[in-house]
Amino acid sequence: MHWDIVYNNFDYFLYGNTSLDWHFPFLHNPEGLVASVILAIFGIFGAFWLGLAAGLMRLSRNKWVKVPSVCYIEMIRGMPLLLLIFWFYYLAPVITGQNMPAFSTTMICFVVFTGAYVAEIVRAGVVALPKGQMEAARSTGLSHAQAMQLIILPQALRNMIPSFVNQFVSLTKDTSLAAILGVIELTRTGVQVDNREMVASFEIWIAIAGLYFMICYILTSYSRRLEAQLSRYQARNR
Amino acid sequence: MFSGEPAQWMWEGFCTTMQISIISLICAMILGIVICVLRMTPFKPLQWFSLAFTEFFRNTPLLVQIFFWYNASYFVIPTVINDWMNDLYYWFPGPFSLFGHEFVGEWMLFNVELIMGIIALTVYTAAFIAEEIRAGIFSIPKNQLEASRAVGLSFLQGYRYVILPQALRIVIPPLISQALNLIKNSSLVMVLGVTDLMYQASQIESYHAMPFEAFTVALLIYLAISLVVSLCINLYNKHFMIQVMY
Repeated sequence: MHWDIVYNNFDYFLYGNTSLDWHFPFLHNPEGLVASVILAIFGIFGAFWLGLAAGLMRLSRNKWVKVPSVCYIEMIRGMPLLLLIFWFYYLAPVITGQNMPAFSTTMICFVVFTGAYVAEIVRAGVVALPKGQMEAARSTGLSHAQAMQLIILPQALRNMIPSFVNQFVSLTKDTSLAAILGVIELTRTGVQVDNREMVASFEIWIAIAGLYFMICYILTSYSRRLEAQLSRYQARNR
Repeated sequence: MFSGEPAQWMWEGFCTTMQISIISLICAMILGIVICVLRMTPFKPLQWFSLAFTEFFRNTPLLVQIFFWYNASYFVIPTVINDWMNDLYYWFPGPFSLFGHEFVGEWMLFNVELIMGIIALTVYTAAFIAEEIRAGIFSIPKNQLEASRAVGLSFLQGYRYVILPQALRIVIPPLISQALNLIKNSSLVMVLGVTDLMYQASQIESYHAMPFEAFTVALLIYLAISLVVSLCINLYNKHFMIQVMY
């Protein structure tokens, strides 16, 4: 066994050649686990707003608002993420007219891809609330938008938190696909070290899987606990 | 795009994707049921094994698992099996036909890349399937089993006639969507060089310089598969979903 190879390259797995700086982007050239986490966090942040918009649009009664969102959600949910990444990788230079780094390409893909799944979560969360909430809010004189903003969404979003955490976990796993475009995140560092050393594949891949497992398992068990806590305060049909 | 070499490549890729998906789905169902049964045995170490299995394979990326099986399992699998798998490629040469299409050269089904891809997909999906089945069975209240025991059915009969008919209704729609996920995930085996749909699309991109056409056709094929499957789920729900009274 060659665990010393894993030990020697462990800092490379964690942060690669990332450099810290006091000026604006703060992190230059993120690599390794740092890049994975950055991709996942920015991805879920963008996907939250995109998914919120798409989910609420899907609930609308207006056909012109609803149909685009349904098309977006169904299309994204029906295709593999890898296909979206490749597609966008070739499409982006045509749209913008200049080369786009693989890091930004994959980040946009993660936002667009996860956005569709978040939209479904948002829709399910809003639909799961009892109808009486909306009716009561309307009867006190709030408009539909106000009722949505002040009454429905605060409750629905709180109930959705465990699903968001689960989505974040699956996005963290999906960030490994950025390795195929050559973004040097955790999986790619594993490939690099594996190709360089050649004798320690088993140890290296166990270490990489262990790093992913650590993040995802902690988040999964956190979401399970949250689910148990939050379900007590949920408004129910009577 | 729809004639000549690209069309033929896409068709071969589609066949390979379906082969991988169907084989892994069957294996994953069997493995998933076994893991789920292990989870319900009263013997603690088996429960721990099953728990560790599901948690580990659900919480690591499929791509890492594929790399693990392909690159790293070589170092732990006995040499005899490794040699046997590497020779398999030469065992099944020659033309064969599938869906009316003649494959000349080699049968893609048996080379080490494809076997490792199938193993990775199987194990990954089995972990999810085991969890779905367990959730379905646990969602049936326990007093149903107690009541069936009180009526005089044996433990197995209680499962056969009371628990499983109700649990299957709950379990089957998520299982179908797992099958759909499996088909989508099978695009990842292209990193090993298995010539599935994604691989052929990127081949066409490199050989014929048609990135949009190639990836759009691949997209349409995946979309068609997923639409057909979700149509199946909807039909199933319409026919079989009845309100279970608790």
